[in-house]
Order: sequence, then structure tokens, then C-alpha cells
Amino acid sequence: MNASPTPVRVYVPLDTSARAVGADAVARAIAAEAERRGLPLTVVRNGSRGMFWLEPLVEVEAPAGRIGYGPVAVADVPALFEAGFLAGGAHRLRVGAVAELAYFRNQERLCFSRIGTIDPLDLEDYRAHGGWAGLERALAMDGAAIVQAVLDSGLRGRGGAAFPAGIKWKTVLGAEAGQKYIVCNADEGDSGTFSDRMIFEGDPYRLIEGMAIAGLAVGATQGYVYLRSEYPLAFALFREAIDRARAAGWIGADVCGSGRRFELDVRMGAGAYVCGEETSLLESLEGKRGQVRFKPPLPALKGLFGRPTVINNVITLASVPDILAHGAEWYRDYGVGRSRGTLPLQLGGNIRYGGLIEKAFGLTLRELLYDYGGGSASGRPIRAVQVGGPLGAYLPESQFDTPIDYEAFAAIGAMLGHGGIVVFDDTVDMAEQARFAMEFCAIESCGKCTPCRIGSTRGVEVVARIQAAREVERNTALLRSLCDTMLNGSLCALGGLTPYPVLSALNHFPEDFRPRDHAQVA
Amino acid sequence: MSLAVADTGAAAPLSAADQAQVLAVVERLRDLPGALLPILHAIQDALGHVPAAAVPIVAQGLNLSRAEVHGVISFYHHFRSEPPGRHVLQLCRAEACQAMGARALEHRLRERLRIGFHETTADGAVTLEPVYCLGNCACAPSAMLDGEVRGRLGADALDQWLDDCGVAR
Repeated sequence: MNASPTPVRVYVPLDTSARAVGADAVARAIAAEAERRGLPLTVVRNGSRGMFWLEPLVEVEAPAGRIGYGPVAVADVPALFEAGFLAGGAHRLRVGAVAELAYFRNQERLCFSRIGTIDPLDLEDYRAHGGWAGLERALAMDGAAIVQAVLDSGLRGRGGAAFPAGIKWKTVLGAEAGQKYIVCNADEGDSGTFSDRMIFEGDPYRLIEGMAIAGLAVGATQGYVYLRSEYPLAFALFREAIDRARAAGWIGADVCGSGRRFELDVRMGAGAYVCGEETSLLESLEGKRGQVRFKPPLPALKGLFGRPTVINNVITLASVPDILAHGAEWYRDYGVGRSRGTLPLQLGGNIRYGGLIEKAFGLTLRELLYDYGGGSASGRPIRAVQVGGPLGAYLPESQFDTPIDYEAFAAIGAMLGHGGIVVFDDTVDMAEQARFAMEFCAIESCGKCTPCRIGSTRGVEVVARIQAAREVERNTALLRSLCDTMLNGSLCALGGLTPYPVLSALNHFPEDFRPRDHAQVA
Repeated sequence: MSLAVADTGAAAPLSAADQAQVLAVVERLRDLPGALLPILHAIQDALGHVPAAAVPIVAQGLNLSRAEVHGVISFYHHFRSEPPGRHVLQLCRAEACQAMGARALEHRLRERLRIGFHETTADGAVTLEPVYCLGNCACAPSAMLDGEVRGRLGADALDQWLDDCGVAR
């Protein structure tokens, strides 16, 4: 096969994380070395497979399938050619057939089925791997039938609140006629999360397809994606994807020749974490300060520019094409209890094998941390994990057997949120983490409600006093009382959930709040 | 309309070229629904910051008060009203990076640059900013230099970066 005139396809990810560890230089080195040797090859810049310890992961389309080498440094490139890596030759960096690696093979990749496999912006590649099948099905259905399929699938919002997506859609479908909007919340600001970014960089048409289906379902002709400014590469790629999809007629004035309209635009956020809150995001899209709105009215009835609006997270919308293509029951068959389908989990921080793991609900945190993650990166014991971003609880080892399931997490005073899991080893100072949680809330508070705006600043001060061993008993009681006020009195999840990391640190790791020598005293 | 006063009266005037750029941006984007953020992004992309003297132009173009425009600029961490240094270094301070030593990197940066966050070195080489997650959490710790993300960032690599930016050791 190698004797054939078709050049060998070599995949080097363009994903931000792969580039952050040198993928661009590796791609250039491979192209230059091939030219020097007169070997025909095509370098394809794919998304990441989500096995980030292997990045830059170079894959070769060898006779035996796609063979991976990683992590590859520029200095390794000549030796890879010497080893005949274009035919899948042996080398110390060879990891074998990528799709057969246990980390990858044992996943249930629905939303991430194509990521890492395809050329992200290639419309033909997208179609050849099942793309647009959901949209084509939706075009043959009426809005109510599409909404019913999403309802039946049991899909819940993957952004954090886990509200049933179909109910939101149904409300918008039934709302007064006139201009309606589909808004995608891509302000994925939680530390430990990168699944949205991977969609934008690795399979952007999936989101476009999901949003177009949502538009057909509820009768919305305009969609907006609000994408955070911290993801410049994702923004550039997605803008290009929109242009190509429009030029090919998949969106625009006449979706697939159906005579129906769906326009799409991407807007860049501006570094405000609170804009991940849906009403704040809508304010920001309207060109205002990202301050949280009172609810009601619900965005489904009065959302963007006061019009009925479906606002969903990236993963929620990206899950829709498969639900339409394969049917609601097919999707519903994944998962447990009231948590149906799959969740793309993201393992980050101090973890040996960090990455993206898409699995049906139900596996335990311990399986994730040890079977997939291989324990900490430092080799020290894992002491705490924070699940669900900066507003998520810190969990101690005694809770590692909790199944990944919305209700099971709620039962232990935690939340799955966006599925981000940040791992800390035993060098972590949990009082400092609690202080940081308050500090982050103070930095990011929109300022509209007092418990969040003032409470977070007072919270930083109170934790600092505890760290400085000043009236520890009294200040701990004060901190709990303050948390109670924030939890019950804040307008949105920012002030309302900041107590989660603070209280969980205090409850599960009280020894870190007792007087002792602290290296860092604020 | 808000009565808050945006203090733009004393703002340094824009150069003719900058003023032309701001006017062109406003003209090009003013009809977008929710045009203010796209306009501010375009101005900052062109000029490196959103100068105070651009505020009245934007306000007039969108039929907003200067206070409203100022209020939006000051709300968002991304927009800056002062020109940055020749390089902008954004260090991730969020939890996944904390778990991999971001606090030590922060300490190292403050020591070597002799500035804090949101400040620029005296020689104008580097502006240091915090950022809360670059989505590179499985390759932490992370920072972004002039829009380019680096992961698994050790102290040595950081020092090399600063050398390349022309920061004295």
C-alpha cells in the first residue's frame, strides 16, 4: 500500500492543548523531514483524541490502521522516519493502534465520536462520518416531533443545572410567535473543563448541526454562540466552520434547500466568568454589562432582546444530532436513573493520565481517578478532587465511590456541573483553596446582589483570619454563617454555590483550618 | 440614562490614524444586534487597548451614554483602557493549574518582573495579567503569551519565555 502514489496521511492535532505542548513545531518538522527524504505525505491537523499525556500524539494511517506515536518532540522526528513510522514501524514512542488503547476503547463516545478522527473543517469528512444525518431527519419532521424526541431522550442540560433540555425547547416552541433565538452558552469558564473547547476545535459542525436542529424545532431563525475570549483558537476555527457550512447550504437563508432559514453568528465573550450564567450571558450578548437578571421571566419566554430563547450549553446542543439520527431510545439506553445518555468527563490538574472520558452515567469517581487517570501526576496520594468547577465541592477519598450521576452527587452536597474533575495531591492546603474560592467569587461577582458582592470579600478576610490563627472558633462560626447567607441569599449560582468548595473544605479537611504554621498568610 | 460620569474629558486625544480606525470599526459594526462588545473587541484588536478618547465616539455611534460604554468596558476583564507592554503574559490562576504549581510560577513572575497582576514592567516589555482557565487543564500549569498557550510550564520554560521577551534576568 505504501508503494501507491497516494501520500500517507499523518495526523498532528491542532487542538490548543496539543499546540501548548509543541504540536505545531512537530507538524512542521514532519513536513520538512518528509520533503528532505522525498517521501509523499499529507499532514492533517485533527482534533485531539483527549489523551493529553500523549500529546503531541502523531498518528499515521498505516496498513494496520491508525498507529500512534506520542508524546513526540521535534527532536524525535528524524528517528521516527528512520524507524519507518509511516508504515507503523517500531519506535519507543509507538503506542499502537490508537482506537484500541484501553483508555479510548472503553469509552462510550457519542458526542466525541468523531473528535481526533476527522479533519475538523472538512465538510466531506464530517458527512462521511455520519454528519448532517440528524439535521436531515429533523427537516422531515415538524417542530413538535423534534421537541418530543429531545424530551424522550432524557437529555438534561450539560452546563451545570441539568435542567431537561426538551422542556426548555417545548416552552420556546409554545411561546408567542415572532423572532425567536437559539443561544449556545460556550462560556465554559470552569477550571478543569475543556470539552467545549474540544468540540470547537475538533468537530465544530456537530454544534452547528445541533443548533440548526434546535432552530427548526422551536421556529428560531437566528442562533448565537457566545464563546469565551480565553479560547482564541476555538473562536477562529468556529468562525471558519460557520462560513463553510453556510457556503455549502447547511445553514443560512435556505437550510438544505428546505426553504427554511437558520442564521448563525459567533460572538466573543470578554473574560467575565459570570457570563456563563445564562441571563448574564444574554445581557452580554445584548452589549451590556454581564449582570444577572431576575427570573422570572424565564429566558424561554423573554430571553435575548426580550424574545423567546433556547439557551443551552455546547455539549447539550452537540448531543442533539445523534438523538435525531439514531432516535431518542437509543440515547436513553445509556445512563442510570434520571441521568440519561453520556457525560464527557474531563480529568485535569494533578493526574497522571489527564484527558477526556465520555462515558454513560454511573461509573464511580474512583474508577475515573485510578483506572483511567492512573493516580496523581506527582505520584503522591490523591487527597482531594474538585468536581464541577470553582463552585464545585472538594471531595475527600471517602467519597470517591460516588457514582457519576446528577442525583448521587446532589445527595452528598456536590454537583457534577460541567463534568470537570480537578485532582489535588496531599500537598494541597485546603484552607488556601477555600480562601481562593472566595477570592474568585469576589473577582468575578457581577455586583448585582449583596450576598455575593460583599459576602465574597468578607469571606476572603474571614478565611485569612482563620489561616492566621486569629480567633479560629469564632471566625469559623462566622464563615459558616456567611456561607449560609450566600447560599440562600444570592441571586445566581456564583454567590449561591461558592459556599460549596468553602464548606466542603471545612467539613472534610478541618485539620487544615486549625492553628499551625501557614506558609501563606494573606 | 445613568447619571454616572465617565471621566473622558481629560483623556489624551486619539491620533488621526487611531481615530480613523475607531470610526471605521463603529461604522462597520454598529448595525449588528448587540454591537457594543464586537466594537470594543475590534478596537482593542486594532489599537491594543480601548482608549478613553474612543468612548465618546462609540457612545455616539450606538446612541448610548458615555457612562454606559465606560460601564461595559470596566465590567469585563478582557478590555483594558491603557496600552499594554510589548508582550502580554497571562498566567492561569485557576484550580487545575494550582494543583500543578501555578502559585510557584506566580511567585517567580512577580519576583522577576517586579510587578503584580494588571501591571506593566517599567521598560514596557511585559504586561502581566491573570487568567482563569485556558482549557488546558490536563497539561497544567498553563499560561498564554501574546495569544499562544503553553502547557506543562515549568520555571525554566517560563524563564526562557521571559528571556525571549527581552526581560533582564
